[in-house]
Amino acid sequence: MSEIVSEEGGILTAPHVLEYPYRRSVGPVLGRFFTELRAGRIVGLRTQQGRVLAPPQEYDPETGAATGSDFVEIGPGGVVTTWSWVVRPRAKQPLDRPFAWALVKLDGADTAMLHAVDAGDLSRMRTGMRVRPRWRAERVGHIHDIECFEPEPQATADNGLGGERQRAGAAGDGGQRARGERQRAGELAMAEEAQKPVTNIKTPMRLEYRYSAGIATSRFLHGIAQGKILGQRCPSCSKVYVPPRGSCPRCAVATEEEVELSDKGTITTYAIVRVPSESIDVPLPFASVHVLLDGADLPMFSVVQECPLDQIRMGMRVQAVWVPREQLGPTLQSIRYFKPIDEPDVPAEKLQETV
Amino acid sequence: MRDVAIVSFASAPNRRTDLRNEVEILMPVVQEAVARSGIARPFDFTCSGSSDFLQGTPFAFVIALDAAGAWPPIAESHVEMDGAWALYEAWVKIQAGQAETALVYAFGKSSPGDLPEVLATQLDPYLVAPLWPDSVSLAALQARAWLEKTGNSERDLAAIAVRSRRDAKANPNATLSGDFEIAKLLAEPYVAAPLRAHDCSPSCDGAVAVVLAAGDRARGVCKRPAWIRGIDHRIEPHALGMRDLTVSSSTRIAGEKAGVGNGAVDLAELHAPFTHQEAILREALGLGAGVAVNPSGGALTANPMMAAGLARIGEAASRIWDGSARRAIAHATSGPCLQQNLVCVLEGE
Repeated sequence: MSEIVSEEGGILTAPHVLEYPYRRSVGPVLGRFFTELRAGRIVGLRTQQGRVLAPPQEYDPETGAATGSDFVEIGPGGVVTTWSWVVRPRAKQPLDRPFAWALVKLDGADTAMLHAVDAGDLSRMRTGMRVRPRWRAERVGHIHDIECFEPEPQATADNGLGGERQRAGAAGDGGQRARGERQRAGELAMAEEAQKPVTNIKTPMRLEYRYSAGIATSRFLHGIAQGKILGQRCPSCSKVYVPPRGSCPRCAVATEEEVELSDKGTITTYAIVRVPSESIDVPLPFASVHVLLDGADLPMFSVVQECPLDQIRMGMRVQAVWVPREQLGPTLQSIRYFKPIDEPDVPAEKLQETV
Repeated sequence: MRDVAIVSFASAPNRRTDLRNEVEILMPVVQEAVARSGIARPFDFTCSGSSDFLQGTPFAFVIALDAAGAWPPIAESHVEMDGAWALYEAWVKIQAGQAETALVYAFGKSSPGDLPEVLATQLDPYLVAPLWPDSVSLAALQARAWLEKTGNSERDLAAIAVRSRRDAKANPNATLSGDFEIAKLLAEPYVAAPLRAHDCSPSCDGAVAVVLAAGDRARGVCKRPAWIRGIDHRIEPHALGMRDLTVSSSTRIAGEKAGVGNGAVDLAELHAPFTHQEAILREALGLGAGVAVNPSGGALTANPMMAAGLARIGEAASRIWDGSARRAIAHATSGPCLQQNLVCVLEGE
């Protein structure tokens, strides 16, 4: 809750992360490319016209014809055909210091591939310069097996660039043997794994956002923080929406008139949930419900507790159970759940429009 | 081919950050476009363009329907592209005789995320996206290739920015505008060399809407409709290393198919999110020095993602309505380094 911030005009924002742990099958063409990368080689694919596509593609972009399997080893060195200089690298990018993005035409290829070039300084970059890959020590069959490209030694006077980088200093005496054994076991596993062609790759995707609730929903959430439920009435059809989004979806007009609603309502429909949900913190199984608050025309989503699951029914009267006053905040979690109250059921025909 | 015209256009203010939700941003824009069109709802067809990745809200395009009003149920479609392609779909629908009127809208809320990083997710997911190249760095690859091939200078690019920002002073919806000196802009640091901040469109939140109408329906509501005389779009391979980045073949072909060369061109609204791209597009469309380019200030001064291409069509149409142009070109782009391009030829009667 502390991550929720009230910004200009009382509009609330909160962090929001989209994350997809994709694992992609790569097919025979890219599979071969990645398998060779793991072995420290780069292959292109010769098309029927004799052009070598690198990286290989399943279809020739010029003719649309399947490219077949005429793989040829290329590079590993190549020429920069164009480049740009990154002043402030982003966290996900290949290098954590200023570097160049470059299109690199590898020796023997007719097309160029994109990768990073670790040149140290912008002044060391130029179109036409020769570069070579810097291989990762532990390769898995992924574009990241090439850590980046670097200027070929003769292209620069800097001793720090060029040759293979020194890796992992000597281990301390104490755990050296154990570490050595672990390393050998790891190498064996890698060698075994390396026999198999690469068939899929991990490409995790994570994007961080600062989500904005907008004007209407922010006003609603500020109300919740005070223990009040605020809806909005459509100036055209008079329907009351909660939580409000600032508009009437039927009439396509803005809603502004605020209406304070009761925290009592009627269950219009429900479902018994037996799988856990990250955002709903109640014991399984539980009932998720649509509650039509008194005075509202659109039901809102919540859960029901303090009620045997087999007694939950459409038309049942319920009331919100709030968190203690001092814990109220601008979040729907301020309403813990709804519980049954001792009032007669609402007949089904009165709920027809909202089910 | 049926006569189809653009009869109204409206735009949101394109602020760098607009904390309103997508419907709160979009609804006034749709209402303004509808009111100006003089055509009462419901439209025969509604089509929109947007991308949920920008704001990180899955199915935001469904929520956005609230701004258009989908009750009673309407004939509707959506493209995960710039709204210019939604306009193309609506135009096809009208050509097919299935509609006489269409509402087209587009919105983009870029401020919640890191836009150049979010745009990396549109790249080849096997070989390129895992490296997370940002959109500005990729454009800079193209800029360098173009500068080195043509012998143009970073000063030439800055001149495009200065002209665009000056023209944007007359555009109340521009994200930035004003008088700038080339020398001062060139003294600024690189964002991604050879591009500086002035070479890149500012990120913003925005929305636009236009209304299309066929034949006499358009003549009935608009004194001087902006007739779509040709419209075409083309796409190039996704792999940047397989394209000649210094030219835009897809724009050239789309321009030929749309008939750009069939008459004198008074002005062009080109969707160039980077300075060098305006120069590449001018060349691809064969626009001479006499053609006014981006009198609105263009995407360099307001580039609402997924809406800036549709905005180009709306801005070009506006110049037909007010009589300042007889024949105008509008262009929209999508993807990295001008991968996909749409060209539209508009004429007054």
